[in-house]
Amino acid sequence: MLRGLRNGVVTTRWPARPDAYASEWRGPATLRDPLAARAGDDLGLLCPTQAISSHTDGSLHIDQGKCILCGRCVAQRPDVFGWSAGPAAAGLTREGLVVPQIPDSNANLAAIRAGLRARTAALRRSVHLRHVDAGSDGAEEQEIQALLNPVYDVHRLGIFFTASPRHADVLLVTGAGARGMLAPLRRTYDGMPDPKIVIAVGSDAVSGGLVSPSDATSGGVGGAIPVDVWLPGSPPSPFGILHALLLALGRLPGADGRPASGWQPRAGRQRGPDGGSGADGQSGADGQSGADGQSGADRQPGPSRRDQGESR
Amino acid sequence: MTGAAALWDSVTRQVAEGRRFAGLMATQRPGGILLSAHLAGATGIVTAEATLPPGAASYPALTPMLGAAFWYEREIHDLFGIVPEGHPRLAPLIRPRAGDEHLLPRHVLGPGLFTIPHGPVRSGVLESIEYLVETPGEDIPHLNMRVHYKHRGIERRFEGMTVADGVLLAERTEGVASVAHALAYCHAIERMAGVTVPWPAGLVRVLHAELERAASHLDTAARLCDAAGLAVATARFGVHKEQVLRLVSRMCGSRFGRGVVVPGGVTARPQVPAAEFLAEIGRMERAVNADAAALMGTASFLDRLRGTGPLSPERAREHGALGPIGKASGFSDDARLVRPYDGYLRLGLGRLPEHSGGDALTRLRLRWDELRQSFHLLHQAADELSAAPDGPLRGECAVTGGRAVGWAEAPQGEVLYDTAVADGRLIRCRPRSASFHNLVLFHEVFAGDILTDFPFIEASFGLSVAGVAL
Repeated sequence: MLRGLRNGVVTTRWPARPDAYASEWRGPATLRDPLAARAGDDLGLLCPTQAISSHTDGSLHIDQGKCILCGRCVAQRPDVFGWSAGPAAAGLTREGLVVPQIPDSNANLAAIRAGLRARTAALRRSVHLRHVDAGSDGAEEQEIQALLNPVYDVHRLGIFFTASPRHADVLLVTGAGARGMLAPLRRTYDGMPDPKIVIAVGSDAVSGGLVSPSDATSGGVGGAIPVDVWLPGSPPSPFGILHALLLALGRLPGADGRPASGWQPRAGRQRGPDGGSGADGQSGADGQSGADGQSGADRQPGPSRRDQGESR
Repeated sequence: MTGAAALWDSVTRQVAEGRRFAGLMATQRPGGILLSAHLAGATGIVTAEATLPPGAASYPALTPMLGAAFWYEREIHDLFGIVPEGHPRLAPLIRPRAGDEHLLPRHVLGPGLFTIPHGPVRSGVLESIEYLVETPGEDIPHLNMRVHYKHRGIERRFEGMTVADGVLLAERTEGVASVAHALAYCHAIERMAGVTVPWPAGLVRVLHAELERAASHLDTAARLCDAAGLAVATARFGVHKEQVLRLVSRMCGSRFGRGVVVPGGVTARPQVPAAEFLAEIGRMERAVNADAAALMGTASFLDRLRGTGPLSPERAREHGALGPIGKASGFSDDARLVRPYDGYLRLGLGRLPEHSGGDALTRLRLRWDELRQSFHLLHQAADELSAAPDGPLRGECAVTGGRAVGWAEAPQGEVLYDTAVADGRLIRCRPRSASFHNLVLFHEVFAGDILTDFPFIEASFGLSVAGVAL
C-alpha cells in the first residue's frame, strides 16, 4: 500500500482539466499554409495513402481519415503541411475529416448531432463498450486496452467494457475490415440492443489506411456497419479514443464537440478561453447524475456553456 | 531426386547439422512456383530453393520430415493452391473455405466430449482468433485454432510498392512489433544495396527496439496478473507500460516507434535529451524491478503459473521455437546475439541466465531477465549516442533490384523478411513474424491443464494474431 501511496495520483483529470500529454499529442497531418503550395507542385504524390488531393483550381485538401501519420508530407513540405495537435481527431461524418472543411459538408451536422444526442441521452453516465477487431495490426487493441489502466481509468467516467454485445451500448471497431471478420462484426452489431453507437477506431477502420486496397480487406468498416464516429490515427492515442467516446456521448465540454477549453485545439486555431476548466474540475465530467436527461455538455459551466448557448 | 525432394533432403540435412528451420515460403514465378526454405545459422540466414515444374499441382510435403513446416505448407496451399502430398492435415489456415465457420471439427471422440468455439469475438479487448477447445468439461485434450479471420493480404499489398513506402506497411504488419518489422525490412533492403547504417542511427534503432521489448514484456506481465485477478499488479504494470509508451512518443511522436526506422538509417535522433532519457530509464527500471520482485513473491500468483502450459526443451529445439518461448525451454537463438545488426554489433548484450522449465512461470522469469537486459542496453546505447558526434543519420540507400533476407529480434522472437525488388519497386515481400512460427506450438502446451489455465497460457505466449494471418 505504501508503494502505491508514494506514487500519488497518476490518473488524468481530462477532460475536466487540461492534460499536457493530451494537448501535446501529435494528431493527423493538417494544412499549415495551403497558399504556400505553388502551381505545378504535385503534392498528392507525397502521401502513400493518397490522403492529399490537390485540385486544378489550386485548392488543397487532406483527408485525415486516410492519414497514417507517416509524416512524409510534414518532413518534405513543412511550409505547407503541419501536425494537428491534441486528441480531437474524431469527426461525426466521414467527410468531416477532410481539412479544410468542404463547404456544405457540415450542413446536416446539426441534424446528425441531434440524432446522436437523442440516441445517447438514455445512456447517461453508465456506458458499456464492446470491441471488435476487424483486421487491425494489433496496436489499436493496445491503445483501447490502455483506457483501463490507472492513467486513463475510463471507469471514472462511467465507461465500462463488457464481454457480451447484448450488454453493449458502444461498439469500438478496429482494423481495415478484413473479409473474414465482416460476418462476425455484423453479428456482433446485430446482437447489440438499440440505441447503439459505432466508433471506427484508427485510420485502418476509417478508410483502410495503408493496408487497403487489397482483396482481403474492404477499405474500412464503414461498408459493413453504420459508423457514427470516425477516429483516424495509426493508432489513435488513448486520449483520442476517449475524445471520440465523449464526442459520441455528447459529453465533451464544448459546443460542437470541438474543444472549448482545457486542451489545445487543432493547429490553426487559437487556444480557447480557459477560465471555466479549473472551477468545474472537481465535478466536471464525472460524478454528475444526468437527472434532467440533458447531456453533460449542456451543463458545463464556464465558457463552454456560453458556446453552447450561442450555438442553439 | 529433383525439385522439392532434393530441396527437402538438403533442408533436413542442414537442420540435422544444427541449423534452425526459420521458414518456408513460395513465390509465383513465370517458370513455376519457387519454394524457398530459410535456415538460420551462426553466420546468417541461408536460403535453399527449388522451382516446381510449371503447372505442377502438387509436391511431396516437408511436414512429415520436419514438423515445423506444418503451418507453412498449409499457408502455401491456401495462397497458391498447390498440394503438399503427405501433409497430415491440410485444413485452410489463412483463407477460409466458404461455410467452414459453422463447422466444429472434432478430433477427440468419447463420451461427454464437446467443443467450445471461443472467438473470433472474445471477451476483452483482444485480436480476432478462434480457439476450438475440445473438452470433457475441464481438461483440454485437444485444441485447435482458426487464425484466418483477420487475414489482410499484406504480402500482396507489398507488391508494387516503392521501397520507401514498404517500410510504412512493415510497421503496420504487426503493431506490437512495429520497430522490429521495420528493422527486418530495412535490413533486407540495406543488404541489397550493400550499405551499413551510420553508427548513431544504429544506436537509435537499438533504443527503439529495446523500448518496444520493454513495453511488450510489461504488457505480458499485466495480462498474466489480469488473468490471476491481481488488480493492483495489473494496474501497476499497466502504468509502467504507459510510461514506456509515453517516453517513446516523446522521442519520436509515435507511441509505437513508427516513422523512425527507414532504409539506410533513421529519420531523426530522439527528441528527448540524453540526461533526461537516462534519468527516466533509471526511474523506470527501479520501479519495474520493485514491482516484479513483489509479484514474484506472491505465492498464490506463482501457483497459477508453475507447471502451466509446459513446452519441453526437446520440442522447442525441434521446432526452433523463437524468442521468450524458446528461451524459456532452453532453446535460444537470439538474432541480436547470434546474427547481430545495427548497434548490437558493438553493444554488450550479455548472456541471459539459462532456463529450461518451459512453463508459464519460466516464461515470465525469462521476460524479467530480458527486461533487465533491455534496460542495460538502453543505458549503454543512450550513453554511446550522446558521445557519438553529430553526423548524418541516414545513408544513401538506392536499390534498383535484387533479393535479400533481413531479420531482427522482436519482443516475440525473430522476424524475417524475404524481399525482392525490381526497378525500385517491391515485387515480393514476405514477412514472417515470430508469432506465426510460435503460435502453432499452442496446440501442444495443454498437457494436464484445464480451462482456467487457458488465459495464463495465452498471455504467457505473448503473441499477436496480426502477425499470423498477414
